[in-house]
Amino acid sequence: MTAYLIRRLLYMVPIVIGVLLATFVLFKVVGGDISQQIAGKNADLETIAEVRHEYGFDKPLFAGLTPLAGDDWQAARQDYTAAIKNERQVRAESENRSVLPISAFDLDLKAQRKWLGDLFRQRLNAHQFGGALEMITLDSQFSDHFKHALTFNFGRALDREKISDKILLGVGPSLSLTIPMFIGTLVVSISMALLVAFLRGTVWDYTIVILCIIGLSIPYLSFIIFGQYFFAYKMDWFPIFYSPDKPMIHSIILPALIGIAAGLGGSLRFYRTVMLDEIRSDYVRTAFAKGLTTRKVLFKHVLKNAMIPIVTNVVLSIPFLVLGSLLLERFFGIPGIGYLMIEAINARDFFVLNALTFMMALLIAVFTLLTDICYAWVDPRVTFD
Amino acid sequence: MRYKTEKVDTLIKGRSLWADGWRRLRKRKFAMLCFVIVLAYFALAAAVYLDEFLKSRFAAQGYTGLRMFNWSQTVGPSYQPPMEKYAWTPDNAQAPQAGWALLGTDFLGQSTWRKMVYGAKTSMTVAICASIISLMIGVPLGALAGYFRGKVDDLVVWLYTTLDTIPYILLVMAFAVVLRNKTIFGWEIRGITAVYLAIGLTSWVSICRLIRGEVLKRKESEYVLAARAIGCSNSRIIFRHLLPNMFHIVIINLSLQFMAFIHAEVILSFLGLGESDRPSWGSMIDAARTELARNVWWEMAAATAAIFIISLALNIFGDALRDCLDPKLRTD
Repeated sequence: MTAYLIRRLLYMVPIVIGVLLATFVLFKVVGGDISQQIAGKNADLETIAEVRHEYGFDKPLFAGLTPLAGDDWQAARQDYTAAIKNERQVRAESENRSVLPISAFDLDLKAQRKWLGDLFRQRLNAHQFGGALEMITLDSQFSDHFKHALTFNFGRALDREKISDKILLGVGPSLSLTIPMFIGTLVVSISMALLVAFLRGTVWDYTIVILCIIGLSIPYLSFIIFGQYFFAYKMDWFPIFYSPDKPMIHSIILPALIGIAAGLGGSLRFYRTVMLDEIRSDYVRTAFAKGLTTRKVLFKHVLKNAMIPIVTNVVLSIPFLVLGSLLLERFFGIPGIGYLMIEAINARDFFVLNALTFMMALLIAVFTLLTDICYAWVDPRVTFD
Repeated sequence: MRYKTEKVDTLIKGRSLWADGWRRLRKRKFAMLCFVIVLAYFALAAAVYLDEFLKSRFAAQGYTGLRMFNWSQTVGPSYQPPMEKYAWTPDNAQAPQAGWALLGTDFLGQSTWRKMVYGAKTSMTVAICASIISLMIGVPLGALAGYFRGKVDDLVVWLYTTLDTIPYILLVMAFAVVLRNKTIFGWEIRGITAVYLAIGLTSWVSICRLIRGEVLKRKESEYVLAARAIGCSNSRIIFRHLLPNMFHIVIINLSLQFMAFIHAEVILSFLGLGESDRPSWGSMIDAARTELARNVWWEMAAATAAIFIISLALNIFGDALRDCLDPKLRTD
């Protein structure tokens, strides 16, 4: 058991590394330097430089060069900026087009990069390998990305609030919406699935299957918009929006009910298949042949044997409870993780998205591990090879 | 005597998996109806493309396109266009009525029906492109991993476990928001391109896992051994023997994934990550948030119905297809 646990824990390492690589490529390499966007259109050079420094965009992606103590950039600045300008002019002329516009900041950056490259080459040519080696730095966006994620230090969002605070604040409202929703869906769908499995082949079975497919086919958005419009706006049974002064339960009921209604189709379909698989097996026939009552067979035999897929599904769903419900939270103004996600998308805040992605992936990896342990707990046939 | 040999011939000549499946499928009238509905959506999307092509090609000859596809035109008998481009008044929304606006119009006076038709093009384009991308990634990777095992397998399994660990909705949104309006290798990604790239690049996991498992299972089967015995190369075994025999699994999986793609496009459009200046079902539903308060319900109803009908048809057709092509997978 211990060996199995350790092996499974070690198996998480490549996955965490993979997630970090994926988020790095997405948000840092493809997403790129968004300091201009953060600083605003009319920001001056110093502001942009500050922003770049704070968010670490001034560092190289993987590895780069840094000036040594004696190197003076300010002295070389004039010459190198002029050289870059000249270079651009010459290239534009050779390609027979006008010089493309470039911001003063980018020009400065290019000049500095060229200066560092020249310094490095000079040192190599002068056989000062120690100095050249000293110039190479691994303190890059790549190393920062790993360092920040593994120490859970995600810095600040674009609205200057700490990202970790934002996430922690969002977990509560998200959970208070998703937990009732999840339990409701689970109870309704498992009991209905048992019923349907018992009534298989009858008109009721077909009706419920058709209703499931219909429920699956209606877009989630329509469920929410219609529910909010009809039950909250038209009938005025529930509040339309979340309000922080009233107790949470007040503004949770309607979104939770909508969530249950929208999710029931898929989940009932799943549990029906699970139950049907069980009810066709030999031990059920034996139990009936022994003369057990239907209730006993269903609850004592079928339900217990169907526990494995059910437990798997339940444990694997728990991390998604933390994630909240993107659309429900958006429509009902519940300040949870889903709401945070939408805010981050609208503001193109890659930092929040990055932190959320990593935290959720970590949570899911942990719960996948827990599922495997639960397997062994529920099903004695599972061994730890 | 001659009669007898003929009979033997017809007996020996077997039917292919596809002919067999088609024969079984044809018997199910309702599934066939659903198939026709799905084809109709495809045809509609293709017709919009054709119309746009003809419009660009024969503009000089005075061809202005079919009226049905001209969604941007305002309709209505007494309709006055607003002075400013974006000034709208609620009065411009016409309720559904017989004649010129069977499904009503929105606040801008644009026909809901035409927007719905154009939305079919947007959704179908996204779903088809996303399917192609996810198949192009998932099928070869899964086949290679299952066939060669070892390092390749480890790499592929690591890749899809990693992607699987990130919640799907977060991943799709992250891709969509990062790729939107980006220029990669000189190729500018705009509008729905970012949407289908995001969906396609994240949805190959399930098909990859399925193909990998199936290849693992079939690698030692007789027909693969026979192919190897007569000296077929690995690539020939994978692409000419294994994959064609698993094609029905791909098709079944795809028919159910397709629905998920359409729904994903709707959600992304709704979040403002999709098509911004042309109609899509997601933006139509999004508009309902402001419209419903003024009792304009028809735009949302039309978009919901459009999504509902294709989803239902795909669902029923997909189930029937699974039953007909692979009776072993039947669940009930």
